[in-house]
Formats: sequence, C-alpha cells, structure tokens
Amino acid sequence: MEYFELAIGCIFINNILLAQFLGNCPFLGTSKKMETAVGMAMAVIFVLVLAGVITWVVDAYLLKAFDLEYLRTVSFILVIASLVQFVEMFLKKSIPALYAGLGIFLPLITTNCAVMGACLLNISKEYGFMKTLVSSFSYAVGFGLALILFAGVRERINLAKVPKPLQDTSIALVTAGVIALTFMSFKGMV
Amino acid sequence: MAQSLAKEFTKGLWAEIPPFRLVLGLCPVLAVTTKVENGLGMGIATTFVLVFSNLLVSLLRNIIPSKVRIACYIVIIATFVTIVELGMQALVYPLFLKLGIFIPLIVVNCIVLGRAEAFASKNGPVLAVADGLGIGIGFTLSLAALAAVRELLGAGTITIWNGVTIFEMGVNFQPFAFMVQAPGAFVALGLMLAGMNLIGKK
Repeated sequence: MEYFELAIGCIFINNILLAQFLGNCPFLGTSKKMETAVGMAMAVIFVLVLAGVITWVVDAYLLKAFDLEYLRTVSFILVIASLVQFVEMFLKKSIPALYAGLGIFLPLITTNCAVMGACLLNISKEYGFMKTLVSSFSYAVGFGLALILFAGVRERINLAKVPKPLQDTSIALVTAGVIALTFMSFKGMV
Repeated sequence: MAQSLAKEFTKGLWAEIPPFRLVLGLCPVLAVTTKVENGLGMGIATTFVLVFSNLLVSLLRNIIPSKVRIACYIVIIATFVTIVELGMQALVYPLFLKLGIFIPLIVVNCIVLGRAEAFASKNGPVLAVADGLGIGIGFTLSLAALAAVRELLGAGTITIWNGVTIFEMGVNFQPFAFMVQAPGAFVALGLMLAGMNLIGKK
C-alpha cells in the first residue's frame, strides 16, 4: 500500500514535468508528433529506472561509504552518460528492433534533466532501495503520460488558427500551463 | 577584434537571448522564477559556470579528441557546478536551500553544453568568455524579468535579495496565486514569448 501511494504520488501529484519542472526541453522538443513523443517516453522509462537504481547503489556504497558526497554531481552525470552509451550499444547488438524504435532519443537522454533530477530527488528524500525503484519507475511513467497527452493536444493545435505572435513554442507553453492546471486537481488524492 | 568581441557579447542580450530566442534550459527557468531573488541567484550561478566552462573548453579545444568531446565537456561543466555548489553552501546557504536540486542540475542545462559545443569548441578563449558572459547575463535578465512578472502578480511584491523588497502592491491588491504555482510558470513564459515575437518581428 505504501508503494502504491508513492507511485500515485510520483505519477500524478508530483508529476516530474508539470509539477517539478524537470525535463522540459524534450517535453517541448519531442511533442510535435505523437510518434516521437511515444519514442521519447519509452526511452525515458527504460533509462530512468536503470539510472535511478544504479545511482542509488553508487551513492549508498561508494559516496556515503567513503564520505565523498560532494562528488555526487560529477559521479551521477558520469554514471548516466556511460549508462546511456552502454544501453545504446547493448540494444544495437541484441534487440535491434527496440533500438530502431528509440532511435535518436536515446543519446539525447544524457542531457535530460528528468533523469538526473529524479535520481537526485530519490537521494534527497532518503529513499531505500525498493522505494527508489518504485519512484523512478513512477516518475518515468508520469513523464511519459504527460508527454503523450501533450503531444495529442499539440497535434490538434496544428489544425487550429493561432494568432501569429503566439505560434509554435508560445502556444505550446500556454497549453502546457493548462495541462498543468488539470494535473493540479490530483492534489489531495493521497 | 574589438568589434567582434562586442558582437559576441551583445548577441546574448537580445538576438540570441536564452531562453526566449534559444528555447533551451527551460527547467530552471520555470522552476525557480517564483521570486526575483531566486531567479537572480540561479542566473548568476549559471553565468559563472558558463563563463568558466567556455574558457576551459576553448583552451583545451585542440587537445580534446573529437570522439569523446561531449563526455569531456560534461566533466568540465560538472567540475564548475561542484565549485558553485560548494561555494553557495558556504556563502549564501538560504539561497542554496531554496534553489535545491536545480544547482546540481546546471550540469544538464542545455544552454551550458550547447555553448561549449556550438561556440567555445571553435573559438579562442577571449571570444569564448565574451560569449559565455553575454549569454549568461541574457539568461539572468530573462530569469529576473519572468520572476518579476510572476512575483508581482502572484504575491504582489518584488524581492531582490534576501528579504529586501523594492516594490509592494497596495493593500487592495489581491494576489493572483495561480502565477506562483506550476501552471502560471508555463502560461507566463508563453505569453512573454508571444510579447517578444510581437516586438521582435518588425
């Protein structure tokens, strides 16, 4: 039950995109088409769960054990960058279909602050191993959900007549605001 | 030389001002702009990282092999972010607490990596510093402007530093709480962008 509440909290209430403001560059960049949004969402779910677990292990057994917490930023970004590289090579060799599906989104994830941010949030909230696993997965699902919803709305906006200065990024941001407003109504669910 | 130096510096202030013209590095822009002081603090921290990482990348540009350049840039940037993190903990601890995880997240701010890759890796150290300083100041100004709009409408005040309020709305002003919450950030940035488009496009 505790884990279920944590999951709901991470997916809806503290949605990583709309409430925590992490990962907004890919949110705006890959949401123009449904296909790219789905690809990005899948890639993030895959990498974030792995990154969350590995950074937790690194933090608990290397950094804390040797009093090296000040190296957290450097070591996390290196873990994430090499993880992304490794996942890319592994998928290319063993699951080419999935690799083709994720395409260019995989390397882009290194600089996606949702991944790094979620790892740092898990550490700062002092979660144990299981909680880290659940919350990483739920943050990633929340990211995917918001991204896919937003891509659906943006495809409709393409058909609408938007005033000239508001076109493109501007109207997208206002729309994201409206979606964030709807996500705010999940507050108080848990 | 002097002319191109000035050009690289000033382009960050209007022609390529982030995050309006270059839609990059949005996360801190949206997250910390609930108060002007947070926006300024974040902007200054980012400027510091931007200037020094640009300088180092530019100095090392002929040594770093191009295949592993992104990884090298990330390590350079992460080093300066760690310096900022430790420095802020020592000097401005309350601000450090308010900005929270967004200080370590400067590492993955696309503006910093973007300037290292697009500019510093191709130009000399002096130009790279001018570019970093210009983009950094532009970023700080945009953060402060967005924060001013949000704080003024959302709380009725403008706080520039540690509780120093330079402006306060009258007692009849009803704070517009929506603006300091999450959705307000998106809407305010979207509308400011529209405003910039309106002015900028002839």
